[in-house]
Amino acid sequence: MDVPIAYYLVLSAILFSIGVAAFLIKRNIITVFMSIELMLNAVNLTFVAFAHEWHRVSGQIFVFFVMVVAAAEAAVGLAIIIAIFRARNTLNVDQVDLMKL
Amino acid sequence: MSLLVFFLLSIVKIAVVLVIFLTAVAYTVLLERKVVGRIQNRWGPSRVGPFGLLQPLADGIKLFLKEDLLPTAVYRPLYIAAPIIALACSLLSISVVPFGADIRYKGVDLFQIADLNIGLLVILGVTSIGVYGIALSGWSSNNKYSLLGSLRASAQLISYELALGLSLVGVVMRAGSLRLRDIVNIQAPHGMLSWNVFGGLQFVAFFIYLMAAYAETNRAPFDLPEAESELTAGYHTEYSSMKFAMFFMAEYANMITVSCVATLLFFGGWTSPFGNLLPAVGGPVVQALLPVFWFVLKVFFFLFLYIWVRGTLPRFRYDQLMGFGWKFLLPVAIANIIFTSLWLAFRAG
Amino acid sequence: MHLVLFFIFGGLCVVGALNLLLQSHPINSALSLIVVMSSLAVLYLLLGAEFLAAAQVIVYSGAIMVLFTFVIMLLNAGREERTHGSRMAYIAGFPGAAVLLGLLSYIFLSNRGHLGNARLGSYLVTTGDLSRVLFRDLLLPFEVTSVLILIAILGAVALARKEH
Repeated sequence: MDVPIAYYLVLSAILFSIGVAAFLIKRNIITVFMSIELMLNAVNLTFVAFAHEWHRVSGQIFVFFVMVVAAAEAAVGLAIIIAIFRARNTLNVDQVDLMKL
Repeated sequence: MSLLVFFLLSIVKIAVVLVIFLTAVAYTVLLERKVVGRIQNRWGPSRVGPFGLLQPLADGIKLFLKEDLLPTAVYRPLYIAAPIIALACSLLSISVVPFGADIRYKGVDLFQIADLNIGLLVILGVTSIGVYGIALSGWSSNNKYSLLGSLRASAQLISYELALGLSLVGVVMRAGSLRLRDIVNIQAPHGMLSWNVFGGLQFVAFFIYLMAAYAETNRAPFDLPEAESELTAGYHTEYSSMKFAMFFMAEYANMITVSCVATLLFFGGWTSPFGNLLPAVGGPVVQALLPVFWFVLKVFFFLFLYIWVRGTLPRFRYDQLMGFGWKFLLPVAIANIIFTSLWLAFRAG
Repeated sequence: MHLVLFFIFGGLCVVGALNLLLQSHPINSALSLIVVMSSLAVLYLLLGAEFLAAAQVIVYSGAIMVLFTFVIMLLNAGREERTHGSRMAYIAGFPGAAVLLGLLSYIFLSNRGHLGNARLGSYLVTTGDLSRVLFRDLLLPFEVTSVLILIAILGAVALARKEH
């Protein structure tokens, strides 16, 4: 009935790879940003799994800090997306490839 | 074997709580119509049954039998999912609320579905998920009024959730636990004097909680998302029949949950307001049901307060609402945390 | 019991993540990401991290993703179009991700013997344990993150403000 920690790690590897694939394939800048969040979540799962493996709280503290940073990142990132949309009227990353307008 | 018994008993408990809860929701609607009627010098519903007591039944039948319209331009999957999310989230948080003292029958807690160490956080989390029901309903309806209503509702919910969460920190610090039973037990010893709102010196936090919770449940005077004069019916403009009824039930279920949480956190939950002054009467059954009576009485008081406020106060303007949340409630909540921690440190020596 | 719950919610995670990849409308992707995050919260509970499970639901599913859906609704983002860049990414993206997955899974599964098993309820970190470490040993990093959040708030306001 017990679950090997390796299963949790494989699950997080699957989620991380899907995140990488989504990051490369998706063209909408919001969805690209969401796939970054997915990768962060996958890494968080490994931290929690290892915290359970070695019975150390520090793994969970890491996740706590990742969440805080992710929240800050989401606020700033979405503000940037809104600014980009105002300037160029598009959300397609292929049309946001110039430094100047 | 024991797992099977556990599952069966849990399902029975859930069914009983759900039936009582939904009946309470239906009768809260009637109570609101009656009380608001009296406030406005009308009678309120009085025709169906004695004193209009069967009105909820008639309303239910009416909503069931109405035609379920599905406008052509809506985004179907989300349009259908939104009321389900809203109702499910509002029903979910009652599962961690304890209704009475910790009385066990064959190892099963009689007056609570799930006793969690993080009960308070579960309630906050479920409330924050409930935003999606409102946000998605407005977006998928493909209607300007709905979209504006749902944008208002989600912005309002996010803003007031901060003040609401911070107002609870003082209570949690005093109890040293997030478990709802621990929070109530610390308010038990001297009756009314040890309630958080009086003896715990959390009356500021209580008023912040109350105002933020009124905004969270989209009730007057913060009912901007469904302001009739500007937005027709807000996010549920395009909904009819049972889908509308689900939003309606979700709103009143949220009201009851907020009242339960206010009772548990600030008004001593199921404990008697007179402490041990009242003599213990009756057998074990009466002793078990008396706490439930106190709990229900306090919840009823909060529901009445909700309706009273709705019948009395005018609606805020939207910029006033945001300014009130960010510039007044949030700083006061932070000041309350600092004050409470200083007080606790001083008392601990 | 643990294995069953792990497969149910792990499966939900994978299905949600794949749905994020395959849906073309950003709001559907956002909703599937919410499913992933909420199921991850259940997995955290199974691993005995109860405070993190609650924080996952409140912070990720309740705050960050609400912000995402809010922006999607605000900008009225429609279906994404396929452009030249995405075809290149298809050719490089899927094989690259598959290689990464294969490599990681091989390493984890070959080291399975060195890693232990997770038993339900064998290790529980209460909120008290977590906060003791956070507020005694790691007080300075904790305060630094609060400064970080303050800067992020100011940055978000400055970036999203309309220029006159």
